[in-house]
Parts: sequence; C-alpha cells; structure tokens
Amino acid sequence: MMPRSALLPTVEMIGAIVLTATAGDILMASAMRQIGDLDRIREKRGIPGAALAVVTNGRFGLGVFFLALSFFSLLYGLNHRDLSLIGPAAASLTFVSNALAAKIFLKENVDRRRWTAALFVCLGVALLAF
Amino acid sequence: MTFRRYLVLAVVTLTAAFGDAFLSRGMKALPAVSLSHPVALIHALFSPWIAAGILLLIGFFASYLTALSFADLTYVLPATSLGYVIMTILARCWLHEHVSPLRWLGLVFITAGVGFVARGPSWTEEETSVPALAPAMEEVTS
Repeated sequence: MMPRSALLPTVEMIGAIVLTATAGDILMASAMRQIGDLDRIREKRGIPGAALAVVTNGRFGLGVFFLALSFFSLLYGLNHRDLSLIGPAAASLTFVSNALAAKIFLKENVDRRRWTAALFVCLGVALLAF
Repeated sequence: MTFRRYLVLAVVTLTAAFGDAFLSRGMKALPAVSLSHPVALIHALFSPWIAAGILLLIGFFASYLTALSFADLTYVLPATSLGYVIMTILARCWLHEHVSPLRWLGLVFITAGVGFVARGPSWTEEETSVPALAPAMEEVTS
C-alpha cells in the first residue's frame, strides 16, 4: 500500500485534472448552447461570422482558460506520475464528473441510458491502462 | 438527428483518433526531447506528421464545438468515444504497439457505451423556450 504522503498528491493531481477539465467542458457546452446551432449561423454569416460568434463569447473564453489549466495540470501530473495511471484515471473520471455537472449546471436530461453509457465508457477507458 | 449531424460526430471521432496517432508517429520519429531544451519541441512542430496531427486536432476542436451546438455534452462525449477504439486499432495495426486482452475488453465496454447513448435523444429541450409559438402568441395578445 502506498504511504498517505505519496497517495494524497496523486489523488490531488488527478482531482485537479478532472475538475478543471469538467469546468472547461461544461463552460464550452454552455457557450455553444448560448450561441445556438453553428450550422445555421454559418449559413447566414459564413465561417468568419460563426468563428466570431464563438470567440467573442465570454463563457467560451473561460472554458478555454479551464481547459488550458487542465492541460497544464495533466503535464504536471505526467511529470510526477506514470502516464498509465494519470491518463486513464483522469479521462475515465471526467466522463462521470461531466455527466454529473451537465445534469446540475446545464440541466441536461441525464437519464438511465446516459448514465449507463458514461459508466461503460468510464470503465472501458480505465481498462485501456492495462 | 440528421445525416449531416451524424457526419459531424464522425468527424469529431476520426480527427481526434488520427490527430493523436499522427502526433505519436511524429514524436516517435524524433530523438528524445528534454524539458531542459524546450526549443526541440518548437522544432518538432515542423515535422510533417506533427504538423498534420495539429491540423487534424484543430479540425477536431471545430467539429467538437459544432457538435456541442446541436447536441448535449452527455450525448457528444460518449458518442464520440469510439475514437478510443479507432486509436487503439491504429496503434495496433499502424504503430505496431502491443494491445493486451484487457485493453480489447475496454474497447468492448466503450463500444457498448456508445451503443447505449446513440439510441437515445441527442438534445435536452429547454422548458422555457418555445420559439415557434412565440410570434403567434404575441399576435393573439396584442
């Protein structure tokens, strides 16, 4: 068993990656919901208009900030722990945390089907470590 | 969900898998990069495989945002996780990496998860928005 002093930073590292990735994904999804269907915007205002609608959205900017934080947390984690532990653990837990956060913050209808899908993918991604 | 929207989800899946595989192919062809010499990473950007990988990942980000504009996050993430399956097949067949039986089992779980979510609705309608009825209601009330 790993000593607590060694275990805690690993949990904290994975937690930081999962939390920042979830915040980034939720903000990004919220921004796109606020902007509306990009295909329709592109039909009306072209690709530059659609790109402008995205990059001038505040939530999108905040989402990019959190995804960048997640990326640097991942780099930090990889610098201290093995990729085979950090990568699948963070990716699989993010599926579950995203489902929970989407239900709470985006009011998405996360029914039994979606929970099952998230848990199956979470388990599958975790198995990719072996 | 229209055919065009399924196509966007397919582009998200394929660009993520091929983008990562191209980056891996490019980085393996380079000598080991040390963090004490970060300039080597900038030099890596000019490798054709890495440049192609970055272009594909830009395509991934654009198609991912497009998908989020018409489908829920809890639909897009599991639906596009087939990228892990494609990535593993590319790693096995193209990069000649070893894939253990447990990894293949993981791919079975991922595929099952995709199957679950793909059979359900892709979008949660907001309770307050009834855009199609709004103009008619204004005419009636004025």
